[in-house]
Amino acid sequence: MTSAAPKIQLMNVHKRFGHKVVLDGLNLTVGKGESVVVIGGSGTGKSVMLKSVLGLLTPERGSIKIDGEEVIGLGLAARERVMMKFGMLFQGGALFDSLKVWENVAFGLIQGRKMERAKARDIAFEKLAQVGLTAEVGELSPAELSGGMQKRVGLARAIAASPEIIFFDEPTTGLDPIMADVINDLIIKCVKELGVSALSITHDMASARKIADRIAMIYKGKIIWDGPVADIDKAGNPYVDQFIHGRAEGPIKMEVKV
Amino acid sequence: MLDFLSTVGRVIIAFLVATGRLVLFTANALFHLVTPPYFPRLILKQMIDIGYYSLPVVGLTTVFSGMVLALQSYTGFARFSAEGAVSAVVVLSMTRELGPVLAGLMVAGRIGAAMAAEIGTMRVTEQIDALVTLSTNPMKYLVVPRILAGLTMLPILVLVGDIIGVFGGYIISIYKLGFNPATYLTKTYNYLEFMDVFSGLVKAAVFGFIIALMGCYNGYNSKGGAQGVGAATTNAVVSSSILILIFNYIITELFFSR
Ligand SMILES: Nc1ncnc2c1ncn2[C@@H]1O[C@H](COP(=O)(O)OP(=O)(O)OP(=O)(O)O)[C@@H](O)[C@H]1O
Ligand SMILES: [Mg+2]
Repeated sequence: MTSAAPKIQLMNVHKRFGHKVVLDGLNLTVGKGESVVVIGGSGTGKSVMLKSVLGLLTPERGSIKIDGEEVIGLGLAARERVMMKFGMLFQGGALFDSLKVWENVAFGLIQGRKMERAKARDIAFEKLAQVGLTAEVGELSPAELSGGMQKRVGLARAIAASPEIIFFDEPTTGLDPIMADVINDLIIKCVKELGVSALSITHDMASARKIADRIAMIYKGKIIWDGPVADIDKAGNPYVDQFIHGRAEGPIKMEVKV
Repeated sequence: MLDFLSTVGRVIIAFLVATGRLVLFTANALFHLVTPPYFPRLILKQMIDIGYYSLPVVGLTTVFSGMVLALQSYTGFARFSAEGAVSAVVVLSMTRELGPVLAGLMVAGRIGAAMAAEIGTMRVTEQIDALVTLSTNPMKYLVVPRILAGLTMLPILVLVGDIIGVFGGYIISIYKLGFNPATYLTKTYNYLEFMDVFSGLVKAAVFGFIIALMGCYNGYNSKGGAQGVGAATTNAVVSSSILILIFNYIITELFFSR
């Protein structure tokens, strides 16, 4: 493993469901300590891309490397070892509803890293505080929380075990603008202070501009534009322009009947 | 004609694919069943769910079955003046057949459905994916505790059910049919062989395995939201009930046909 190897490297990744092609030769790299944001229309395969890297879905073709190590087709033990590097915020939260909120946050520490319950519990409450949730919330069950609170618990769970790589699937969706900015700051803090490599998905351009070092746009299963966040307004790419300005007219056609 | 053949072919292929998946799932579950780590808390929780909370249902079904057995065999055997065989009929039917089969079917409805619903919900809300990203093997965390609990708790339930069933028959025989309590009990004891009870307990263990396996398998592979979970629940109960009846025959054949 050379230090020059990017943290994550997707090369020519293909994934389809039945006849529906979702990823069609996708290329993307995330460097160490870099924050990359992927933007793109609904249903273009952003979540599928994250799940492919995590091994939750298996691409038909292509290569995915973590720290230079090929992870497609990895065995059970090796997969669990690689998973230790990751934290993932699911789009829908995916909180364990049979466990309390703090047990959710501490899950990776207790089960994955075999930490003592008491110690993991302290860390869990600390992380909950970082996402603006009180200790009382920690004792509730996830079903008793609002959507935005669930999202923040999911975020706390993703960062709890101090992973090297964190995936954020729409971290600010469903949050009020102020809380969204608190979360943006938290993500920035993870990247800048803790040296985490982050790959985020968002539709929220304000958030994307704030947390990204680099922005990549996905369209029809490929990355069609990829560049530093400062360049996004002068990308000169009609697809990107249409997306960041949120225009209905342009090269991207929504399949709707009016 | 060709249409018909291709339909038949499709059905056969679909059946083979489904069987193959089940076999793979079973092999995978068995592998994790014999390899550590285990989750003692979860195993205990499942044991209590299956063993303790099924007691009322199993107790009620077996006590009434015992009572009915006594009544039916008495009125039936009276035609051949063979009323003396009532105690033997009750104890043999109970331990060999009715105890395990009735307990198995009742628990399949109660527990198999609950397992499929819970695991199915976890699947469609991505909680199973979340387990993987937190370095926890869902087979070990969800499936193994349930199968272990099924394997161990069903025999215990059936043993208790056997006793309650024989007791039900005893009550009817003594207080309604006027048998002498001492003779009745001696006959019961003399007719009963170790193999009768043992074969029933082997059946119970197999049924417990089937119930947990089908509950987990259907839940684990459910897709498509609430509807998918509903279908998984139905499938779990129907398939485990049918398998219980089939394996009941097979095990009886193995033990008693010579
Ligand atoms: N398990 C699956 N089985 C079948 N099709 C799937 C599955 N998962 C995703 N898809 C399909 O893949 C496509 C991409 O889905 P994905 O969830 O990645 O979209 P997305 O880019 O994350 O969209 P959004 O921004 O709305 O979250 C969708 O058309 C979806 O129907
Ligand atoms: Mg998505």
